[in-house]
Amino acid sequence: MKQLMLGNEAVARGLYEAGVAVVSSYPGTPSTEITEYAAKYPEVYAEWAPNEKVAVEVAIGASIGGRRSFSAMKHVGMNVAADPLFTASYTGVNAGLVIAVADDPSMHSSQNEQDSRHYAIASKLPMVEPADSKECLEYVKLAYLLSEQYDTPVLFRTSTRIAHSQSLVELSDREELPLKAYEKNPAKYVMMPAYAKPKHNVVEKRMEDLAAYAETTPLNQIFWGDKKIGIIAAGTTYQYAREVMGDKASYLKLGLINPLPVKLIADFAKEVETLYVIEELDDIIETHCKKHGISVIGKELFPWIGEFSQRLISEKLLGKTPEYVDFPETIPARPPVMCAGCPHRGLFYALKKLGLTVFGDIGCYTLGASAPLSAMDTTVCMGASISGLHGFNLARKEESEGKSVAVIGDSTFVHSGVTGLMNIAYNGTNSTVIVLDNSITGMTGHQQNPTTGYTLKGDPTAKISIEKLCEAIGIRRVRIVDPYELKNTIEAIKEEVAADEPSVVISRRPCALLKYVKHKAPLKVDPEKCKGCKSCLGIGCPAISFENKKAVIDHTQCVGCGICSELCAFSAITE
Amino acid sequence: MKKSVMIVGVGGQGTLLASRLLGGVAMDAGYDVKVSEVHGMSQRGGSVVTYVKFGDEPVYSPVINEGEADVIISFELLEGARWLSYLKKGGKLLVNSQKMAPMPVITGTAVYPEGIEEKLAAAGADVTVIDALSLAEEAGSSKATNVVLMGLASKFMGFSEESWQKAIDTYVPAKFLDMNKKAFALGQKA
Repeated sequence: MKQLMLGNEAVARGLYEAGVAVVSSYPGTPSTEITEYAAKYPEVYAEWAPNEKVAVEVAIGASIGGRRSFSAMKHVGMNVAADPLFTASYTGVNAGLVIAVADDPSMHSSQNEQDSRHYAIASKLPMVEPADSKECLEYVKLAYLLSEQYDTPVLFRTSTRIAHSQSLVELSDREELPLKAYEKNPAKYVMMPAYAKPKHNVVEKRMEDLAAYAETTPLNQIFWGDKKIGIIAAGTTYQYAREVMGDKASYLKLGLINPLPVKLIADFAKEVETLYVIEELDDIIETHCKKHGISVIGKELFPWIGEFSQRLISEKLLGKTPEYVDFPETIPARPPVMCAGCPHRGLFYALKKLGLTVFGDIGCYTLGASAPLSAMDTTVCMGASISGLHGFNLARKEESEGKSVAVIGDSTFVHSGVTGLMNIAYNGTNSTVIVLDNSITGMTGHQQNPTTGYTLKGDPTAKISIEKLCEAIGIRRVRIVDPYELKNTIEAIKEEVAADEPSVVISRRPCALLKYVKHKAPLKVDPEKCKGCKSCLGIGCPAISFENKKAVIDHTQCVGCGICSELCAFSAITE
Repeated sequence: MKKSVMIVGVGGQGTLLASRLLGGVAMDAGYDVKVSEVHGMSQRGGSVVTYVKFGDEPVYSPVINEGEADVIISFELLEGARWLSYLKKGGKLLVNSQKMAPMPVITGTAVYPEGIEEKLAAAGADVTVIDALSLAEEAGSSKATNVVLMGLASKFMGFSEESWQKAIDTYVPAKFLDMNKKAFALGQKA
C-alpha cells in the first residue's frame, strides 16, 4: 500500500523495517521528526539524549551490545557528536549503526550552512543520500546492510527539502532481529594507541573496499536522455535538475556520497558532451572529478551559497528566466517573531530596559535579537552564551561585569550550557546567567528534555531541578522569576547583575503553545483611554498593531498574557 | 497533467494541515504527490509557504518557483501579494481578506500596503478574496480558517467531494471534526 510520508517519517519507517531497536537523538531542525516518528513504534526504543555527543555514544554502545541502533541530528549537531564519530569509525560496529545528519542549505532554521559531507570524508565513513521519501525508507535499510557488511557506522545525509517533503512510499514488514552475541574484544573496542594504530589500517582498507563498491552499487544510478548534457547530482538537486531538463539531459544520480566512484563517473563523462556537477553548498563531487582528471563544470556556474531551484538550473543551463508578474509595491518583510504570550518576551523587555549586554544562545529566544526588543549581542552555538559571557567578562572585567548577562533555554542549558556554568563557578567571573525555563524544547516543536519530567515516549521520569543543579555547581545566588511579572523580573535581574559573585536567574513559565497551558481571554484596547503612546508596541507582540493612531489587539492571536497591560500607563488594555 | 499549488500564510495559521488535506486528496486520486513543508524557526509567526505538487506523471522537485503555481491559496492578504510572482500566467489566486501586521509594520519601519485586492487584480491575477476568518468563526472557531479556505480551493482542484471528506476525516482530530466540516462547507459556498 502506498502512503504519503514526510522524508523524516520515511526514515523512521526504514528504521522500523530494518529491525532497529535503539534510537537516541537530540532534536534539531530539520532532523527532529525522524526520532519522533521512530518513537511511535512500540518495537523501537527511542529517547531524547541531552546532546548529540551523548546520543551517538548511546547508539555506539547499543551497536556494540548487539542491537541495530541509530542517531539523528542536524548538521551543527554533528559538530557536537564529532568526537565519538571519528573513533567509532575505527572501532566499527557489532550490530548495524546508522547516523543521520540533516543539512539546512539557505538556513531556514540554523546558524550556519555547513556541508556535512566533509564529515564523511574526514571521519572516513560511508555516506548515503536519498532524494525522496521512498529512498529515505529504502536507503536506511540498505545502510544497515552496508554497516554490518563493511563493519562501519554509516552516515545518512538529508537536507531540508528531503526531510520536510512528503512523497509516496511503499511499506514492508519489520525484520525482527535476534540480539547479536557480544564478545569482549579490546583490539576492536578499546581505542588506545596500541589498538588504534592497527585499526587505522583497517579503516583505510575499508575505504578502498567501499570505493570498489561505489562503482557498482544500486545507490548510484544512470538515467540516459539526450547526451549533449550530462548532469551529476544527488538528493534534492537531482530532483530540481530532472524537473527542468527532463530527457533533454542524461543523469548520474549519486546515492552513495562517500566514497565516490571514479570509473562510473569517467564512463558517464565519456558518453556526454558537456558534464555539469550540480551540488548545493561545497564542491565535494566536483573536486573528486577534477582530482581524477574528469572535466566538469561546477562552481564556476553554480553558487556556493543557499538552496538551488528549478529556476536557477533553468537559467544556468538553458539561459531561460521564468515569466511572472510581481506585486507593484515593496512588500514589508514578515520575519519570524516570538509568539503572542511567549514567556521570553517579558524577560527580553526587562533586558532591553536595563540596557544589558546579552550573550544569547540557540532557541526560540534567539528572536530576542530582533526589533523591537533587540536585546541580544551574540549567538554562536549551543551553550556559547554562558562560556562566551565568562570570556567577555575576563576581557573587560569591571567594564562588563554587572552590565552583562547570558540567556539560555532549559534544553540548551542541559545540552551544553551547564559545563560553561561550571567554568564560571570554578574560575569565578562575576557573571549572571539567565535560564529561560519554558518547560520544553521549544524551537524544534516541543520535545521533552531532562528538565521536563517526561521521556520522549511520554512516560514520567526523573526531572533535573535547574536550581539545585546550579547550587550543586557552586552558584550561591540562584533565584526564580515569572517573566509575566515585569516589575519583579526587572528588579531581580538588576539585583543579580549588581551582586559581586556569580548568579543565576531562572525565568520560569511554560511555553504558551503547550497544550496544557490555559489561555486567558483576549485583551482589548479601550480607544477612549488609549493615547497612542505606543509603549505597548515596544514589546514586539504580533497581536498588537497600530491603526488610526490607536493600539489594536488581534483577538485571534492574543492569549491574554497581560504584559502589554502592565506597560500601559493609561489602563487602556483590559479584558 | 501536473498541478502546482501553494498554500501561503503566517506561521501558526494552519497551512500544514491544509497542505496535508490536499496531499491526501491527490494521493487518493492515484496521482504522484509531493508536499514541501516548513518547520522550525521560520514557522514562528513568519511568512510561511507550503508547496503541493501532483500529477499523473512523476513529480520530481518538491518546490515551486516563480511563475509555476496553478493555484495559490493565501491565508492572509499581504501574503497573497508577497507570493504573487509565483503564480503562473492564467493561474488562480485565492486570498483570505484577514490582515495580520508583520513586525516591521508594528514597529513602524514599514507600512501595510493599501488596496491590495485591487492591485492584485490590476496586475492581471485571477483573484478571489473571501472573509474566511468570519466564516470560520461562524463555523465555531477562528482556528478553522484554514479549512474554510480549503473548502474554497476545492472548487478549483477537480477532486470529488467524497475524497475531500475522507481527507478531513483522516487529518482533522475527531473532537474538531464537526466544526471543520461546517467550515469546509462554508468555504465551498463562499
